[in-house]
Amino acid sequence: MMTLNVNGLARQVDSEPDTPLLYVLRNDLALNGAKFGCGLGQCGACTVLLDGEPVFSCLVPISVLQERRVTTLEGIGTPREPGPLQRAFIEEQAAQCGYCIAGMVLRAHALLERNKDPDDAEIRRQLQPNLCRCGTHMRIVRAVQRAARLMRSPAEGGAHKK
Amino acid sequence: MRAGWIIGSVLALAVALGAAGTLLFAVLWRPAIPLAPPGQPAFEGARIVRGAQLASIGNCNVCHTREDGRPYAGGRPIDTPFGTVYASNITPDAETGIGGWSEAAFVRAMREGVSRDGHHLYPAFPYDHMTKMREEDIRAVYAFVMTRRPVRASVPHNALAFPFNHRPLVAVWKLLFLDRGALKEDPRHTAEWNEGAYLVEGLGHCGACHTPRNALGAERAKQAFAGGSSDGWIAPALDAASPAAVPWDAEGLYHYLRAGAESLHGVAAGPMAPVASNLADVPDADLRAIATYVASLAGTPTRERQFDAERALALVRGSAGGRDATSDGGTIYAGACAQCHGGAGREPLIPALNLALSSALRLPRPDNALNILRQGIAPVADAAGPIMPPFAAVLTEPQIIALLDYVRSHFAGRPSWTGLAEVVRAGQKDRIETNGIASGRRQP
Repeated sequence: MMTLNVNGLARQVDSEPDTPLLYVLRNDLALNGAKFGCGLGQCGACTVLLDGEPVFSCLVPISVLQERRVTTLEGIGTPREPGPLQRAFIEEQAAQCGYCIAGMVLRAHALLERNKDPDDAEIRRQLQPNLCRCGTHMRIVRAVQRAARLMRSPAEGGAHKK
Repeated sequence: MRAGWIIGSVLALAVALGAAGTLLFAVLWRPAIPLAPPGQPAFEGARIVRGAQLASIGNCNVCHTREDGRPYAGGRPIDTPFGTVYASNITPDAETGIGGWSEAAFVRAMREGVSRDGHHLYPAFPYDHMTKMREEDIRAVYAFVMTRRPVRASVPHNALAFPFNHRPLVAVWKLLFLDRGALKEDPRHTAEWNEGAYLVEGLGHCGACHTPRNALGAERAKQAFAGGSSDGWIAPALDAASPAAVPWDAEGLYHYLRAGAESLHGVAAGPMAPVASNLADVPDADLRAIATYVASLAGTPTRERQFDAERALALVRGSAGGRDATSDGGTIYAGACAQCHGGAGREPLIPALNLALSSALRLPRPDNALNILRQGIAPVADAAGPIMPPFAAVLTEPQIIALLDYVRSHFAGRPSWTGLAEVVRAGQKDRIETNGIASGRRQP
């Protein structure tokens, strides 16, 4: 038995210590936000936050987690109450097939935590490790900009201002 | 009598001072070469093309381009033990670049390390190698750089500690360490080997990283290619002390330098990545010559080395064996590394290097293995290349130490690095103090 700190909750899991976190999240904890893309740390669909930093959960054996904080898509909002990034992605219709979006959202989340007002170049650099095969990159960048505005002044509802 | 003696002494002293002054003047002073008239001189297309190839072999773009900057517009900081030197703008911009440089001024800079206006250039610019170039090759590089698009870009002032901020000192450094003139042909070797020596010792300036440096930043000639450092990375020995699991041969080196990766040795990482990227398009004859010469530096492998190579290859063949999750390091390897690097009961899905073949794990210091683990491996900007994800955010310091101890012992059959914990704690940004003018592009 191992105790993991996932989205602020202590979760008991009974898996081999070298099991990748992604499998534990999806198979044991029913947290299906993180996706299995390549299993090789090349595509970013499995991105979650570890102590606030984006990591590929397919390459994180649970033995390394100890008490460190794991944050998944489910940890930053719900369908009823989406977080600012989730709301912005919906408003910008930034998902096509949606498979990459959980990873994009979490990696963008890490950026907005340290930079409230990133420019497009910073957003592109941050999201560079995550692949999107549908080609919604422009909408994804716009969604991150919208989320940044939402987070700076929620009252404005993310209205674009020049 | 007495007056005569005094006058004689004064005269003698004056002559001596005069002679010393003349000598000092001769060492320190270099004339300015007049500005070239405005307007581009015409160059033959073939010479420009050859110049482009030579500039790739010389890796001019690596230092003379800053991060996110325009090619050859300079501004990249070169960290040295004496402070920071900023690479100059070598585009033909008249004001901030070398637009006003005549061919004679360019040849002198490459041969003697003197700027057009007569000031001495710091040896972060490897003119101690360029001086070996044939004049026709220098002229080809001149034709290439003078036909680039001029970029108006000023370069920051160097930030060097006293007394190194005084350029005349460079003249003294040159007296001590600059060995001018062409490389002697060695008739015992083939023409290809000699051409390789010319490219490696001259323009290619491989020794700038792969040869250890002395306290004054000059390469130790007697320890040529015994291994040096660059930008926080170890530049492995290319001589008999090479850490390669399987000794290099000319064929393997050719493919490694061409593709930036080779099946028995892995990928070019750190400052070597842009070097291999530049060599991707150089003519076959040049690259074969370079590979032939570099392969010869290590000599014929000893029986001990051959035995070690056999052992490594046997480990590769037998690496489907069961996973070893009995140690912390083994568990991390099984969960984080085996997917790509194989072993631990898993067939790799993409052919990342089997770590039994890793040079980084066989180096005397852990820096390269640690850099690769923390930063991962990224393709050179705008190029395709293998990606290893960074593990800096995944592993804690004790976990990094456990993993490196495990892979070094399991795959390289070597005892734990001494001082590993200190190097891990010092962080990836710290420079290794063994030697060194840093060069090569910093990993993003």
